[in-house]
Amino acid sequence: MQRSFIARNPSVLIFLSLLALFTLVVTVLSEGVGSGLISTSFIKTLGKTLCLCLIAVAMDLIWGFAGILSLGHFAFFGLGGYMIGMWLMYERTRLIVVDSLSQTEIPPTEAEVVDAIGTQIFGVVGSSEFPLIWGFADSLTLQLMLVVLVPGLLALVFGWLAFRSRVTGVYLSILTQAMTLALALYLFQNDSGLRGNNGLSGLQNLPGVTASQDLVSLWFLWASAFALGAGYLLAAWVVSGKFGSVIRGIRDNEARVRFLGYSVEAYKLAIFTLTACIAAIAGALYYPQAGIINPAEIAPIASIYLAVWVAIGGRGRLYGAVIGAAFVSLLSTWFTGGQAPDLPLGFYTVKWVDWWLVLLGLSFVAVTLFAPKGIGGLIDLIAQRASKKETGQ
Amino acid sequence: MRHIYVAIWAFAALLISCVSLSAETADHPAIQPLLQEHQAVIAKSSRKTIGPAIDAIAGSGLPQAQKVLQVWAAKNMWMRKSDGVFFIGEKVEGKTYRLTDFDSGAVVGEFQKGDLKQLKPNSGIRALIGTALVQFQLSDPDPVARADALQSIARDPSADQLTPLRGSIASEADPALKAQKLRLERLLTIRFGASDAERISAIEDMAGDLGVDLRATLNPVLATTREAATTLPSANIAGVLIPGEGISRDEAYALLVANDLAPAQISSDDMRTALAAHIDGGRVADVPVAQLNDPAMRARAYASLAAEGKVPPLVSDADVAASLSAHVFYDRYLDPAAPVTEAAAKALKDIELKVGVNQALDLGLDALSLASIYFLAAIGLAITFGVMGVINMAHGEFIMMGAYTGYVVQQFVPDHTLSIILAIPLAFAVTFAAGVAMERLVIRHLYSRPLETLLATFGISIALQQLAKNIFGTQARPLTAPGWLDGAWVMNDVVSISYIRIAIFVLALIFLCVFLFIMKRTRLGLDTRAVTQNPGMAAQMGINPGRVNMLTFGLGSGIAGIAGVAIGLFAKVTSELGSDYIVQSFMTVVVGGVGNIWGTLAGAAMIGFLQKGIEWMNPSNTLAAQTYMIIFIIIFIQFRPRGIIALKGRAAGD
Repeated sequence: MQRSFIARNPSVLIFLSLLALFTLVVTVLSEGVGSGLISTSFIKTLGKTLCLCLIAVAMDLIWGFAGILSLGHFAFFGLGGYMIGMWLMYERTRLIVVDSLSQTEIPPTEAEVVDAIGTQIFGVVGSSEFPLIWGFADSLTLQLMLVVLVPGLLALVFGWLAFRSRVTGVYLSILTQAMTLALALYLFQNDSGLRGNNGLSGLQNLPGVTASQDLVSLWFLWASAFALGAGYLLAAWVVSGKFGSVIRGIRDNEARVRFLGYSVEAYKLAIFTLTACIAAIAGALYYPQAGIINPAEIAPIASIYLAVWVAIGGRGRLYGAVIGAAFVSLLSTWFTGGQAPDLPLGFYTVKWVDWWLVLLGLSFVAVTLFAPKGIGGLIDLIAQRASKKETGQ
Repeated sequence: MRHIYVAIWAFAALLISCVSLSAETADHPAIQPLLQEHQAVIAKSSRKTIGPAIDAIAGSGLPQAQKVLQVWAAKNMWMRKSDGVFFIGEKVEGKTYRLTDFDSGAVVGEFQKGDLKQLKPNSGIRALIGTALVQFQLSDPDPVARADALQSIARDPSADQLTPLRGSIASEADPALKAQKLRLERLLTIRFGASDAERISAIEDMAGDLGVDLRATLNPVLATTREAATTLPSANIAGVLIPGEGISRDEAYALLVANDLAPAQISSDDMRTALAAHIDGGRVADVPVAQLNDPAMRARAYASLAAEGKVPPLVSDADVAASLSAHVFYDRYLDPAAPVTEAAAKALKDIELKVGVNQALDLGLDALSLASIYFLAAIGLAITFGVMGVINMAHGEFIMMGAYTGYVVQQFVPDHTLSIILAIPLAFAVTFAAGVAMERLVIRHLYSRPLETLLATFGISIALQQLAKNIFGTQARPLTAPGWLDGAWVMNDVVSISYIRIAIFVLALIFLCVFLFIMKRTRLGLDTRAVTQNPGMAAQMGINPGRVNMLTFGLGSGIAGIAGVAIGLFAKVTSELGSDYIVQSFMTVVVGGVGNIWGTLAGAAMIGFLQKGIEWMNPSNTLAAQTYMIIFIIIFIQFRPRGIIALKGRAAGD
């Protein structure tokens, strides 16, 4: 069965080998173990890009295959980041606190340690009490489970409410956007229990790990590459079977699938929750590399960018999402990072830091109008030519 | 005989002069003796001891008193060192000063600075003098000075102001000032009236008044202090508190400790410090230091130390409970007169009820104005999204363009009224053109792909936003409202609404009428409705669907531009102005029901009132209000997926 699945999808094998090759090359060229041609900060950028590719795969699954344009998947991404960030911050603060308290004459009690951690973490929002939601922050295992459970549960409840009342199309998009906005606004409050707009910080330091950032960044790159590979495989497997056929059917004609006796709502809910979990895992890998997470990351615009990546890459073809996310986000980093050379027009000098978003917005309009298949369409064209040549011979 | 006449005349003259002299002294006795009586205190010039001297001068009833106090406060009073007499000093030249007598107003002579001492009252003394001067100002011929005096009394009322205030009422000529004085007299009587009956009658006179000043007067009358005692004293008790109910047990015990009625509890920090101070050879009272990370071991070590008398004994929970049950806790009114506090409490309760009703009214007005803002922001969308079904994510940017158009117009037309009148049609023209261009170039090709319209218009949205940032910069630009829109319509101290908000409400009403007129009474409206219901059939009937769609979209965009001018008047004009409203606008349309202007109206009203209502319940947190409102809307959609006013039948489309 496994063999036939891979055999039916040669693109999966190609993708996985390309990913492995990419990881190997980057490792060889890295500062941590290799020749040092690629700087650690760029390794981090690459690792983060892999995470963005993973959430783009999730987005393609929900939009490209199931036809649900969710503008809320970055909320799940951010929640995943928050969940792992809680443990990272708690554990690191605990180590610091225990270290500083061990200097005192009397050994600290557990309550004193927890109090000191609370003061350290919540001092910025004028509190020292641990909110209830930090109850499991001291356990990595539980917090890792929460990475999937919390966004998954939110997706399940929200999806159930939305699909049950048959909210579809653009209405659903607006509703998911509203959910994202609500979550972001909630997290912006100081008494949300997650440090308000300060967010969680210092996440790049793994507690108890003494290895240098050169090495740690590589570990995360490998983990992100592995997660992307696994997520891609899972997505490809999901859409290749009967389940995939049904959700594609829903995309193309929801009413007809319902009349055939399928429970459309259940399928939609399943795919919505699954993609939310994938997004959350991507977020949990992304934010330790970024080092800081705050509510601004969850703002509705982030989720729209996600849709932009997938559309530019080409929908309904998994690898398109990966290409789109990697292409646009790396290009974005390049343009907004000030590395792109200014473009002198004689009467006016185009500074890309200022004009990149204009270019992105307009190119997005152009893609929607003239190349609805995105970059993926280009690959189709090449593949068609190749097969024509073969048949021609 | 002649001698006798002379003698009589002389005697008469003497008599007359004597009489006239005595009459003069009766009218204007000298103030200098009074000053001399307090000579030492005045010369010492200390805030602590000066009180009686100022009171004596102010209370002397002498006409010179005001002059003395003013001169004193202005640091122009000088003392002659040789005899300690006070004069008005005036610098002539160099170190020479000319002294003037307070009583006669006559120049006494010029003196060297070395022979004199200038009195320099510090700011504390000057404040006391200022208070004392108030009573003179209350009868000042200048009405402005009288109004100032009233204000200064109202700001910082004191008991001694009551008599001069009452005295000045009868002679007050200005009716407005007289009303103010009467009101202030009642308020002062409530706080400082001589008898309880007088105070209670003042409270009853003012009952039901909504003024902030009355509440500010009643509240100090009802000020309480929290006390603890073994038995309830016979004082004016506001209420008895039971630990754990009206007062937390910790607070109650802290009160006992503060009043030395119970020993302080040993906090964990205290215990830690005490233990650290008694480490002896790696152990604290037989407990190894390493084991002290356990609270139980800490308690044991501390108990051993306490038993040796080295540290104060631990206060156990049982001790706390015993102390708490042995005492009563109560709030005592600072004002000892029970009938007065009772009347004040009743009056305040009545007022609060009335204030509550008025606050609800005020909240209603606030909500109405917020609703009209949402309605303004959403009405353009009600056309493009509601009627045509086009998701225009750049709608917010059209609002922004309108606001910036207003800003640019104000750069060229400095008169605010004229510039706003010019800006409204200009904003309409600019956004109408932008809307038509967008429809022609982009949306026309995407009518069959609504989700992609969303993304394409979003691309336009970020491009426009960044363009605005590049042109106008990131800082907020001012769009100033004309002067006649400044200020607010104040109904009473609780209910008020600014004129800008009223103007926006009126504008929203006008838009509603315009929309209804266009849709129901014009050719374009008829065509639009025909095209949206069945484009093919409409085309058969000779309507050009492309043209109609273009004009309708332009109309919706143009209205967004006008809304932008209105919103820019009270919000900051930035490139993010539009994106602040876009999600709310869409929700307004969706909640109200697509394709129906009344639905948009209902949606805006619901969202506006809901948001204000939630804010009222949790006033410190507007973010939370927005969060809960969105959650409410998500749940609301569950029950009415097609909005408040849903289209039925064929018009509903899919």
